[in-house]
Amino acid sequence: MDRRKFLKTSTATLATVGALPWRKAIAQAGPIKIGLLAPLTGVVASGGKEMVEGVQFYLDQVKGEIAGRKVELVIEDDASNPDTALQKARRLVEQGNCHMLMGDLLANTGLAVANYVKGTGTPYFIPIIAADDLTQRQRIKNVIRVAGYAASAFTHPFGDWALKQGYKKIATVSQDYTFGHEQCGGLAQVFTEGGGEVVQQFWHPLNTADFSPYLGQLADLKVDAIFAMETGADATRFIQQYASFGLKGKIPFLGAMNATDQSVIRTLGEECDGIIAAAHFAEGSDNPVTQKFTREYEAKYGRIPSLYGFSMYSGIMWVAEALEKLGGKVEDRDAVIDAVLKTELVGSPLGKTVKLDAYGNPIYDVSIRKVVKRADGKYWNVPIANYPNVSQFWKYDPETYMKQPPYSRTFQGIKKA
Amino acid sequence: MTETAGASQRKFAGPTGRSALVVLIVLALAAALPLGLSNYQVGLATEILIFGVLAMSIDILAGFAGRTSLGHGAIFGVSGYVVVYASAQAGLPPATAFLLGVLAATLVAVIFALLAVRTSGVYFLLLTLALGMIVWGICLRWTQVTGGENGMRGDVRPALLMAHRTFYWAVLAAVTAVSYAMWRFVRSPFGLTLLGIRDSESRMRSLGYNVPLHLFVGFAVSGFFAGIAGALYAMFNNFVSPSSVALAQSVEGVLMMIAGGVGTLFGGFVGAAAVIALENVVSAYTERWPMVLGLTFILIMIFAPEGIIGTLRALLTRQARQSPISTKGH
Amino acid sequence: MSIFQLLNGLTFAALLFVVASGFTLIFGLLRIVNLAHGALYLLGGYIGFAVATRTGSFVLGGLGAMAAVAAIGFVLDQGLLRFVRGNDLRQVLLTLGFAFVLNDLALVIWGGDSFTVPIPQMLKGGMRVFGVFYPTYRLFVLISGIVIFAGLWALLNHTRLGALIRAGVDDAEMVEASGVNIRRVFLVTFLLGSALAGLGGLMGGAFLSLYPSADAEILVFSLAIVIIGGRGSLVGVGVGSLLVGLLNTLGQVMFPELAYFVIFGPMALLLAFRPLGLFGRAATT
Repeated sequence: MDRRKFLKTSTATLATVGALPWRKAIAQAGPIKIGLLAPLTGVVASGGKEMVEGVQFYLDQVKGEIAGRKVELVIEDDASNPDTALQKARRLVEQGNCHMLMGDLLANTGLAVANYVKGTGTPYFIPIIAADDLTQRQRIKNVIRVAGYAASAFTHPFGDWALKQGYKKIATVSQDYTFGHEQCGGLAQVFTEGGGEVVQQFWHPLNTADFSPYLGQLADLKVDAIFAMETGADATRFIQQYASFGLKGKIPFLGAMNATDQSVIRTLGEECDGIIAAAHFAEGSDNPVTQKFTREYEAKYGRIPSLYGFSMYSGIMWVAEALEKLGGKVEDRDAVIDAVLKTELVGSPLGKTVKLDAYGNPIYDVSIRKVVKRADGKYWNVPIANYPNVSQFWKYDPETYMKQPPYSRTFQGIKKA
Repeated sequence: MTETAGASQRKFAGPTGRSALVVLIVLALAAALPLGLSNYQVGLATEILIFGVLAMSIDILAGFAGRTSLGHGAIFGVSGYVVVYASAQAGLPPATAFLLGVLAATLVAVIFALLAVRTSGVYFLLLTLALGMIVWGICLRWTQVTGGENGMRGDVRPALLMAHRTFYWAVLAAVTAVSYAMWRFVRSPFGLTLLGIRDSESRMRSLGYNVPLHLFVGFAVSGFFAGIAGALYAMFNNFVSPSSVALAQSVEGVLMMIAGGVGTLFGGFVGAAAVIALENVVSAYTERWPMVLGLTFILIMIFAPEGIIGTLRALLTRQARQSPISTKGH
Repeated sequence: MSIFQLLNGLTFAALLFVVASGFTLIFGLLRIVNLAHGALYLLGGYIGFAVATRTGSFVLGGLGAMAAVAAIGFVLDQGLLRFVRGNDLRQVLLTLGFAFVLNDLALVIWGGDSFTVPIPQMLKGGMRVFGVFYPTYRLFVLISGIVIFAGLWALLNHTRLGALIRAGVDDAEMVEASGVNIRRVFLVTFLLGSALAGLGGLMGGAFLSLYPSADAEILVFSLAIVIIGGRGSLVGVGVGSLLVGLLNTLGQVMFPELAYFVIFGPMALLLAFRPLGLFGRAATT
C-alpha cells in the first residue's frame, strides 16, 4: 500500500477509535510497519532519494511481503536535519505505530534518533549511519548497523594497501566532522604504525565551495599520495578542482569510498578517472551476484546503484531474513533484535554471506577499487585488490582498541616515528 | 483545535471580569486536552505551547516596539545548549540547568541589543540575522563544547515529568505563568512606551524618552522569554543541535508570530498551532513542505499581513462599525 | 600570502562581485532586500547548465541563464512584490518565501545531485601566471568580473538610464516628480539585477558546482558584501567583494574555526555603527 493512503486511513482510524486494547490482538496478523527516515530535502537530498529506492527495490522483488505478512512502508523526510529527524521519528513510533525504524543518512540525524529510541526500545536499523561509537563505546542495544559499516573499518586496510604501494608520506584532506575524523584516523593509524608518515592534515567545514586554498598548500607538500575524505557536493567539487589545478596525474588520489560513490561520479567526467578507494561494495565488480544487482537496479531506475541504494537494499534484506526466521513475529522486540544480530545475510548483493561481529557491526571483504570508464562511457568502480574478512577492529583486539579514545581531530591514532 | 477559538476570544475582552472567566475556560480546556489525544498529539500540543512562547517573545519587539528580529532562533537555541550542557556534561539538576539556560539566553539578547538598538526596520532585521549567524557558527564549530554537527544529547527532563501528559501539564503551567508575565509587561507603562516608540520614535524622543534604553530593556526581556521557551524545548527533546540556533529557527518563529498576528501577543499560540498543524498535515502527503511553507509566507504577506487574529479583529471591528447600533466599544 | 592564494581570493571575489552587484542595484534603488537573490543565482546556474549541455555552447548557456532569471525576476516583482510596495518588512519576508519555493522547485526539477556547468575547451586546463600554474577558467572569471564592473560603471555613469538609477538611489520621489516613469526604471533595474544573479549562477556553476544549498551560501555572501560596501554603490560592491573574497580565502587557510565570524563579524559591526557601509550614501528621502 502506498504511504500516503496508509497515513490517511491510519490517522482516520486512530482518530475515531483511539488506542483501545483489542487492537493489539488484531495487530498480530496485520501488516509489518516499517518507518523509513531519509533526507528527501536538504543538503543530502540525492542520497536520501536513493535510500528510498533501495528499500523499494527489495520490497518489489519480494512482492511487498516478508514472512507471509504484508509490509507497510512509511517514508518520512528528515530534511538532513537532526531536529526534524527526531520529530519524524516520534511521529513514526507514536502515531504511526511502526514496529521498527530504518534509515537516516547524516550521522547527526542518526544520533538524534538513536537517542530517542534508546528510551522507547524501538528497533532502529542504520545501514548508512557510520558514527563509530554507536557500535563501539556508546552502544545502544536496539540500534543495529545492519549492512552498514563503521567509518574507520575500510580505511584500516586502505592504510595497509598504501604502505604496500610504497607510499612513505601522505597528506589528508577531510570534511571536518566525526565521519571525516574517523575515516582519516583509521588510515593514519595503520599507515603510521607501518612506518609511514602523515605529513599534514587539512580539515575544512562541510559545504566548502572553494578548495583552492587547500589545493595550493597540497601542491607544495612533497607527498606520495593524498587521501581525501569527501562526501556529496564537496566530493564533486574537490575532484574537479583537483584536476583543474593540475594535481591529477601528479599526485596519486586516494579517496574515501563516499568520494568515488556513484552519487558523485555519475555527474563527473574524466576528472574522476583512476581515483582509488577502499569499500565493501564496488558496482563494477565481476562477482555474478553483484553484476545481477547492478544490472537490474540500473534497468529499473535508470542509473547505476550507489552506496545508498545498495546499503538500504542489503539492510532491509537482512531484516527480512531475520524476520523469516521468527515467523514474522515482529511485535516481540527483543526477539527481533536478537534474530537480526544472529542472522547472516545470505542473499547479499556482494555475493558472499555477511555476518555481524559481537558488537553488532558487519564483517566484510574489503576491496580496493578504482574508478574506470565503462564501454558506454559511464564511470564506475572496479576492484583491483582484496582484503577478506575485515572487522571494525582491523587486526586489533577489540577490548584494547576500545581503550584508545575515539578518532577525533585531536586523536588520529598517529604513531610518532 | 479548541485552543484557537479560546485564544482569540482572549484578545477581544478588555481588562474586565469577563476576560478572567474566558481565560479560565481556555485554561480548563487546555488542561483537559491530553485526555482526548494520543501521546503523539499531546507531544504536538506541548510543542505548540513552547513555540507559542517563542513567537510571543518575538512579538514583544516586533509588535510592541516595531522591530522584527531574525536572531531570536539563536537566543532560543543558546538556552537549549546551556541547559543540555549543564545537565549532561556538568551533571547539574534540571532546575539549575533551566535557570542557567534562561540566563544565557538573556545574556545573548543583551549583547545583541547593545549592537542593535540604534537600528530599525530592515537594518535591524539584517543585523539580528548576522548576529544569529555568528552564534550558529560558534555552535557549529566549537565542537569540544557544543558537540558541533552532532549536537548534544542528555537526560534533561526530570524523571517525574517523563510521561507525555505529565510533561504537557508542567509545560502548560509554566507557559501560563510566562504568558501572564508577558501580558502584564506589554500593558505596563514600560510596554506602552514601547508602543509609542513603534508608532513614532521621533515623537517619543521629543517627549524626552530615552528610546535606546527602552529598546535595550525590551530586547533583553524578549530574550529572557525566548530563553524560557528554549529551555523547555531542550527538556522536551533531551537533545539540541545547531539547527536549533539556525536562521531557519528564527524564520519559523517570525512566521508563527506573523501568522498569529503582529502585536496581538497571544496570536503567537494561534500562529504556532497553525504552522505546526499545517506542517504535520502537509508532510503526511508530500515532501514539498518547504514549498508550502514558502507559499504560505507569500500569501500571508500579500493577503493577511495582520495574521489570523489581526484579520479577525479587523473584520469584527469593521462589522461593529457597519452595524447601525454599536453594541460594544472597542 | 602567496600569489596562489591571492589569485584564489581575487577570482572568488570576482564571482561574488557579479552576484552582489545585482543585489545592490535592487537594494540601492528599490530598497528591497531580495532574499531570493541566492535562489535566482542557483536557478540561473541550473538553467544555464541545461542550455549549455543541450546546445554545447557556454555562451548560449549564459544568455539563457540571464534571460530565464530575468523572467523569474519579472514574475517576482510584477506578480508578487507589487502587492506589498512600500512596506520594507513585508517585501523582505515575501522574498524569503519566494526563495523557499524556488529552492524546492529546483530540487524537484534537478534533484539533489551536484551539477557542473561545462566550460568551453579553450578555457579548460591551466596556464602559468606569475610563476604559478593556475586554472584558465578561474582567470576567465576574474577578467569577466572586471569587464562587468567596467560595463556597469559605464552604464551608471554614461547613460541616461544610469543617471536615472543613480538619481533614484538618492531620491526616488524627486525623479518621479520630474516626470520620469520611475516604475519603468525600477522594473528595468530589477530585471538587470536578477539577470546578473543568473549570470553569476552560470559562471559559479562551472567551478563551484550547483547543489541544493548553494543559494543560501551565495545569499549570505551577497548580504555581507552589500552591507560592508554600502547600499547602492558600485564601488562599494567592488570593494566589498574584494574584502569578503580575500577574507574568506585567508580565513579558510589561517583560521578555519572562525569561518563565519570572519565575514559576519565585520558585517555586524558595520550594521551597528555605520549601517550605510563603507561607500553608501544616505538617501535624501
